Amino acid sequence: MIAYITRRLLATVPVMLTVGVFVFFLLRIAPGDPAAIIAGDNATSQDIENIRGKLGLDRPMIEQFVHWSWRLLQGDLGISIFSNLPVTTLIAQRMEPTIALTISTLMVAVALAIPMGVLAAWKARTLVDRLVMGFAVLGFAVPVFVAGYVLIYIFSVQLGWLPVQGYRPIGEGFWPFAQSLVLPSIALGTTYCALIARITRASMLEVLSQDYIRTAESKGLAQRRVLLLHALKNAAVPIVTVIGIGIALLISGVVITETVFNIPGLGRLTVDAVLKRDYPIVQGLILVFAFAKVLVNLTVDVSYAFLDPRIRY
Amino acid sequence: MQRNQPAPLLEVDNLHCHFFTLDGVVRAVDGVSFSLQRGETLGIVGESGCGKSVTAMSILRLLPKGLGRIVDGSVKLEGRELTTLGDADMRSMRGHQVSMIFQEPMTSLNPVLTVGLQIAENVERHLNVGRKAAMERAVEMLRLVKIPDAERRVNDYPHQFSGGMRQRVMIAIALSCNPQVLIADEPTTALDVTIQAQILDLMLELKQKLNTAIIMITHDLGVIAETAQRVLVMYAGRKVEEAPVVELFQRPLHPYTQGLMRARPRLDVEAEEQGRRPRLQEIQGMVPALNRPILGCAFAPRCGYATDRCRSEAPGLTEPVPGHLVACWEATKIAGMGHA
Repeated sequence: MIAYITRRLLATVPVMLTVGVFVFFLLRIAPGDPAAIIAGDNATSQDIENIRGKLGLDRPMIEQFVHWSWRLLQGDLGISIFSNLPVTTLIAQRMEPTIALTISTLMVAVALAIPMGVLAAWKARTLVDRLVMGFAVLGFAVPVFVAGYVLIYIFSVQLGWLPVQGYRPIGEGFWPFAQSLVLPSIALGTTYCALIARITRASMLEVLSQDYIRTAESKGLAQRRVLLLHALKNAAVPIVTVIGIGIALLISGVVITETVFNIPGLGRLTVDAVLKRDYPIVQGLILVFAFAKVLVNLTVDVSYAFLDPRIRY
Repeated sequence: MQRNQPAPLLEVDNLHCHFFTLDGVVRAVDGVSFSLQRGETLGIVGESGCGKSVTAMSILRLLPKGLGRIVDGSVKLEGRELTTLGDADMRSMRGHQVSMIFQEPMTSLNPVLTVGLQIAENVERHLNVGRKAAMERAVEMLRLVKIPDAERRVNDYPHQFSGGMRQRVMIAIALSCNPQVLIADEPTTALDVTIQAQILDLMLELKQKLNTAIIMITHDLGVIAETAQRVLVMYAGRKVEEAPVVELFQRPLHPYTQGLMRARPRLDVEAEEQGRRPRLQEIQGMVPALNRPILGCAFAPRCGYATDRCRSEAPGLTEPVPGHLVACWEATKIAGMGHA
């Protein structure tokens, strides 16, 4: 198992390298020029050329790439074109809100989705099942920004229970921190929760028709034990897979959610950097997201071995 | 108390189980009655779809939820009615007083839990002991069903056992709380012949040791001959014949039972030497669909002795020979012809 994990971690290097190559060249092929944006509307083409020279953007693309990769290997993601701050600093500053939002969304979504899915499967084709599946369809259909604004309108503007926007770091106390995360987590987590609930239901339904569930019932075990141990553990592999896939979904959702709720996280940083063509930041962020995704996949794969003894690495 | 017979341990009376499907109501069990004495082995035979498994499942009320239901009749264990028992009481009875083993050893054990846990949880649930004592009991049970190296193997998962070994584990689970009744639903059907014999021997040995009554459900008359004391023959959801095992094999009264006996493969040495191998005799025709009411005797369309009366009026059970029940209008005539 340890050997497997080490092997997988080493395998992230070529993955990240490939991601790096793609990010670098795609960004430069995409239309838009950071020098023109810095120079402003009234600049002459000479001004723009000067700025390009200063940023090194006039060099051949291969040379820029080699330069960037070399710095990257030393842990240096470069300097932001606009703010002149190191990209690592900028990312580190914005890390906390995004991590907090992702984790709280993950926890809320999983904590709601799995019981809902289990309940729906157990009470299949009854009213409870229909309600849960109705929610799942609705959760899928409503975009994050719509859910976000509706939640803000009801709970912040009309009822005044929660802050309208903004983020309070955990350093300022847990309660304000948690309060600032409630609505964004719900807005971001609805789709995710719907997805997990659906898969949980489908997976549980299949498992509940298996012979070993009948065996468990024939032992007179408590219903809870049959559902949550005998059935759910068997149904877990697809559920965990979808939780993992859903994290990619969360990463894209984070960008919108942070904009709607005005949270200064990596999502906002991404949007700003893309709009300004701040190449070093965008490159750095995509590498961070890619690495996060690789780690999630590894965690998911390792968890299979704990859930199903027939899976060994 | 009773006359000379002691009160039966399990008494099934006029059981009706219906399945509610899109194709209409399927009368899977249509008025079956039988009783089981302490320590006795009762065989239930019949071909696929005759309602023998459904009968077994309804004793434990394990019919698929929302699909099948006991619509009439009673099941009494030591005089206690099970069909109307509350859900909680029913659960504390399953796996304790009455337990069950199934046809499919490959899929009847939970693949993600150790066999030790799967035995121990039953013990823990019903015998009011802690996890540690339950695990010790699990080891003891594995030893009882002759799994070598039991101390180590309790921690193994089902996929590390062969089919025969898994059926031994199922037996260990079923017997772990010393049940009064063990329902074995085709316990050896999925196993190869040498393993079948081992499993049957084991069941009989443990039955002696623990004095468990067994309901042995099978389509294999060989299994019945080796294990049962009394046999019940089912056809299309009804009991058509019931007799002590020797009596049934010597003098099958129902044409269906006779058909079953003839359909057994036999080695005819004389014919074999002459270079001709007799064809297996089949019972002509098909089992009737159970989603329409059956007029008359269910076997009439396939029966060589059938008369107009058979086709219009269902025969009740009669007892032409003491202890030998049969539901056939022509039974006495057939018996007279067969053994004159």
